[in-house]
Amino acid sequence: MKKAFVLAAISAALACGTAQAQQMNLKIGVLTDMSSLYADLGGQGSVAAAKLAIADFVKDHPNFKVDVVSGDHQNKPDIGTNMANQWFDVDKVDAIFDVPNSGVALAVNEVARSKNKVLVDSGAASSDLTGAKCSPNTVHWTYDTWMLANGTGKAIVKNGGTTWFFLTADYAFGHALERDTSAVVEKNGGKVLGKVRHPLNTNDFSSFLLQAQASKAKVIGLANAGGDTINSIKQAAEFGIVKGGQSLAGLLVFSSDVASLGLPTAQGLTLTATWYWDQTDANRAWAKRWQAERNAAGKIPTMVQAGVYAGVLHYLKAVAALKSAADGKAVVAKMKELPTDDPLFGKGSIRADGRKLHNAYLYEVKKPAESKHAGDFYKVLATIPAAEAFRPLNEGGCSLVKG
Amino acid sequence: MFEIFGIPSQALFGQLLIGLINGSFYALLSLGLAVIFGMLNIINFAHGAQYMLAAFAAYILLTTLDIGYWPALIIAPLIVGAFGMVLERTMLQWLYKLDHLYGLLLTFGLALIIEGTARNFYGSAGLPYRVPDSLQGGQNLGFMFLPNYRAWVIVASMIVCFGTWFMIERTRLGAYLRAATENPTLVRAFGINVPRMITLTYGFGVALAALAGVMAAPIYNVSPQMGSELIIVVFAVVVIGGMGSILGAIITGFGLGVIEGLTKVFFPEASSTVIFVIMAIVLLVRPSGLFGRRI
Repeated sequence: MKKAFVLAAISAALACGTAQAQQMNLKIGVLTDMSSLYADLGGQGSVAAAKLAIADFVKDHPNFKVDVVSGDHQNKPDIGTNMANQWFDVDKVDAIFDVPNSGVALAVNEVARSKNKVLVDSGAASSDLTGAKCSPNTVHWTYDTWMLANGTGKAIVKNGGTTWFFLTADYAFGHALERDTSAVVEKNGGKVLGKVRHPLNTNDFSSFLLQAQASKAKVIGLANAGGDTINSIKQAAEFGIVKGGQSLAGLLVFSSDVASLGLPTAQGLTLTATWYWDQTDANRAWAKRWQAERNAAGKIPTMVQAGVYAGVLHYLKAVAALKSAADGKAVVAKMKELPTDDPLFGKGSIRADGRKLHNAYLYEVKKPAESKHAGDFYKVLATIPAAEAFRPLNEGGCSLVKG
Repeated sequence: MFEIFGIPSQALFGQLLIGLINGSFYALLSLGLAVIFGMLNIINFAHGAQYMLAAFAAYILLTTLDIGYWPALIIAPLIVGAFGMVLERTMLQWLYKLDHLYGLLLTFGLALIIEGTARNFYGSAGLPYRVPDSLQGGQNLGFMFLPNYRAWVIVASMIVCFGTWFMIERTRLGAYLRAATENPTLVRAFGINVPRMITLTYGFGVALAALAGVMAAPIYNVSPQMGSELIIVVFAVVVIGGMGSILGAIITGFGLGVIEGLTKVFFPEASSTVIFVIMAIVLLVRPSGLFGRRI
């Protein structure tokens, strides 16, 4: 009897001790495009960003041990779904990050919902993730199609670009971007003259560009991304489309795309983004760390990779506050409850529908003569405050929003 | 201006011409494949990687040694062709007598290695390569604006394609080659070094892919996956034309470019699949391809 009492006392003391600094073992997965057209805007760079976030967090929380797994979804929803299922069921992954390609993201969104895990998406664009397809297990961090349309679309229509023709990537993302931009164009008094939908990962855009040229629209809206946008812009220059008086609107242009195009071809493009490496000292410092982690001196991080960093950091804060990562819904609810604060996106918040709110910026790509150093790409034309940058809460049709 | 199926004729002519431009890349690439298959019996899956390698070679020549487009058009195919010959000597030559599958697997593996290596060093977003100054600008043809560079691509690839056809089908050298594939022992008995000829032929086939790669660099994005995106289509072209048929590869290359171009007008969503639909139909009706010899 006495022995049992001593044992109980010892175990109680131990329990008290661990309660102060309970050891937390987490596993997060970075599901991204490692080998194709989005690999430079996400890919290994996103994994590096996640590792930086973990390093920063563990510095202040030594009781956390966070492992990272990463995988290549090859831009195929079925492969992404399988990988997510395996990560959640077999590898005991607690949360998935990044997931560029809206088709894959929407599929993984459903997996996370059904398994009550967490998806913090940075790379995908479709505003449906926080609209019709919103989920209590999903946070959409960096940007979305509504925000891009609202930023770039509105600015161009107001500058006289009143008639549009769309070159649209033929999958969930392209359709969403085209839909959201058309709405903005028409709301601001513009007109959509036509559109052509091209398969994802198209090499040759000349046929489509010729159709755009024949439409006589003032603006050719590129509702595509990554390699597709690069090829469209490159070939539009070749076919003298800009010289002929039509202008190009790159609705989703990443800094990696600008690097690939080179300033002589990309100069003058207007684009909307939420993060640019050369904008603040904090961003520049982070970019340096990222380059060291990524082991790529000349590369510059994209807003997607910055979003992965900030998303992982905030996720870990929420888990620390809850002291558990088991219930995905509860973690996401906590993420929404806590205000966000990180060196890259500053102070912000996550809305009921899962939309992360922060400022967006309208940029213009500099002329080669204006660029002072490598990666000096953009000048800021306008700042769009967080409250206006994203779709109003009640317009998305998300079932989590009451009223 | 008149209309055809509701499409203005102006747009249609433009699309036909663009189809022809894309067709010239298909033709150049499938020609190299046909030469290699016809003479060596190897299904060269590394063809796309070799095409990509040449585009990168042109980029590296420009950025590190300041060697421009025109010299690169000669130098890059020589480098990549030589690389091909090393592959042939060290690996492929042991596979001629085995089933096609072995050659296919080996070259497919090589393609993956080459592509992965390029991605490791250069990332996947691609690199910029400028159109040479002498071919900047374009001509207004009335129905479309034709960039000078694209016009050059059509002309150059037509010359190379028919030059190759002529060399293989109409010259003494070509006759030796064809004889060597029919009966190597007999040809060797006439004092001709058959293994060396085979190595040079593989190098030549690879150099054709490399030439296409350099020509593609200013138009498409110079990226590690540029070859694998194209190679499947090119294989379909070769199958439709008839495996190993030189003329078949050239004609179907240009022809399918045009058909694909027209699909982009009438039903753009199907433009990436139309070639495979045609391939399926051809295989059903004429299993040896449009120009293939019946087996």
